[in-house]
Amino acid sequence: MLAYDFMVNAFIAAGIVAVVSGIVGYFLVLRGQTFAGHALSHVGFAGATGAVLIGIPPIWGLVGFTLITGLGMGALGERITGRDVAVGIILTLALGFGLLFLHFFTAYATQVTALLFGNVLGVDTATLWTLVGLGAVALIALGVIARPLLFASLQPELAEAKGVSLRFVALAFLAILALTVAECVQIVGVLLVFTLMVGPAATASRLTARLSTGILLAVVLALIEAWGGIAFAYWTDLPSSFWITALSGTLYFLSLLR
Amino acid sequence: MTAVAFDQVTLALGERRILDKVSLDIRDGEFVAVLGPNGAGKTTMMRAILGLVPASAGTIRVLDAPARRGNPGVGYLPQLHRPQEGLRLSARDFVGSAARGHLWGMPRLDAETKREVAWALDCVGATNLADRPLLNLSGGERQRILMALAMLGRPKLLLLDEPLISLDPNHQVAIVDLVRRLRDELGIAVLFSAHEINPLLGAIDRVLYLGGGQAALGSVDEVITGPVLSRLYGAEIDVIRLRGRIFVMAGAHDLERAEHRHAGHDHGHDHGAHEYQGN
Repeated sequence: MLAYDFMVNAFIAAGIVAVVSGIVGYFLVLRGQTFAGHALSHVGFAGATGAVLIGIPPIWGLVGFTLITGLGMGALGERITGRDVAVGIILTLALGFGLLFLHFFTAYATQVTALLFGNVLGVDTATLWTLVGLGAVALIALGVIARPLLFASLQPELAEAKGVSLRFVALAFLAILALTVAECVQIVGVLLVFTLMVGPAATASRLTARLSTGILLAVVLALIEAWGGIAFAYWTDLPSSFWITALSGTLYFLSLLR
Repeated sequence: MTAVAFDQVTLALGERRILDKVSLDIRDGEFVAVLGPNGAGKTTMMRAILGLVPASAGTIRVLDAPARRGNPGVGYLPQLHRPQEGLRLSARDFVGSAARGHLWGMPRLDAETKREVAWALDCVGATNLADRPLLNLSGGERQRILMALAMLGRPKLLLLDEPLISLDPNHQVAIVDLVRRLRDELGIAVLFSAHEINPLLGAIDRVLYLGGGQAALGSVDEVITGPVLSRLYGAEIDVIRLRGRIFVMAGAHDLERAEHRHAGHDHGHDHGAHEYQGN
């Protein structure tokens, strides 16, 4: 399996993304903002198709669009992020624009499928370095704000009284989330970001009451799901994204039985 | 030392005046109940003491210094209704996340922070609950954990916003006893807002009653009287005492009871008490 370069690349890429999305996803679940994460990935779809249209690499359109939207949502604060309706409208608006850009650009259906459902087997070395860079930025930024972020997520009124800027923390977190979403899209695609970012974290938070154990478990589960998905795809010749969602869903529903 | 000093303070939220030129002093180590109809400004007053709502006129001094955000001498228990994913965490990690939680960097529990968390849990009698997820605790036990959060940093002033809400009478008594004990043992001044005076009778030193932009501060017998409350509500109020309990009535309507019934329905309908609020 590891005799092929594209398989090695796939495992490395999935490993990087699983670590980042496991950690960031844990905070996402804790903050109850999973729907915002889902919406940001759809914004990424518009960004990526728009980028292809004007001739720049889709990943930068994806990163740029999700980042700008994440910052915009953070700046609008509770008025947007706490409201499913507002987030849902952003999501559909972004998909609408994605469709519009596709309308002008109809050449590669496979590229669209890769964007929507991921194409981990098509990751080249340049993309790997991009994933390392984006992931490092996201994790370093998270390392800087993690303490007030945690405080603000669990006890916003008290955190505010103790001097935490709720708006800044929310804004910074949505920017980190945007980078993480852009990473996840490379592995599982726009439509399935939830499976790597929310699945492992939600499962982990059901299995342990300890914060540190929860974060670690989210990373381990994300790695199992991402690597397991690729391995099953290799053995069965079925899409890796399907296997990742199957593993993520199975582990989550098993955790409900506990 | 004075715990809280208001000098001619006006507080406004948008167009609405919550307090209008109110002056009052809360002494060190004093246990004060804060009462008043919904919307009278109990929460806004606490947020002003925390430095989160600026006074539009007058000065607020807290522990002999101007009110400011992040004052380590002030502990706060906000009203909490939202169910959230964080309740899956253990009480120890939940409280730990707030210990020095305003600092940058990674969350970490060094020895000193651990001691602080253990002390806070111990002084509210929650050490035995520390390793259980908040989700598995009863309402009264969970309120204890939130009290531990308020005690972090060993405050000299505690602001407790409706800690009795949605607790059954036994747990209400337990929380009031706990607060009284903390006040007695540690000399902490306490502002304790509630919908009803009865659970607090016998424990408190004075009552602060807010209404119609005004405030009345004094002993229960001085403040909870027909004339004083009629002035605050801007309507005819009767105070009825029955076997050591106090009922505040407007016509045939028991005001505090009505408030209590609607407590927790933040987005619910307006009800009786609002009609009695003067301007």
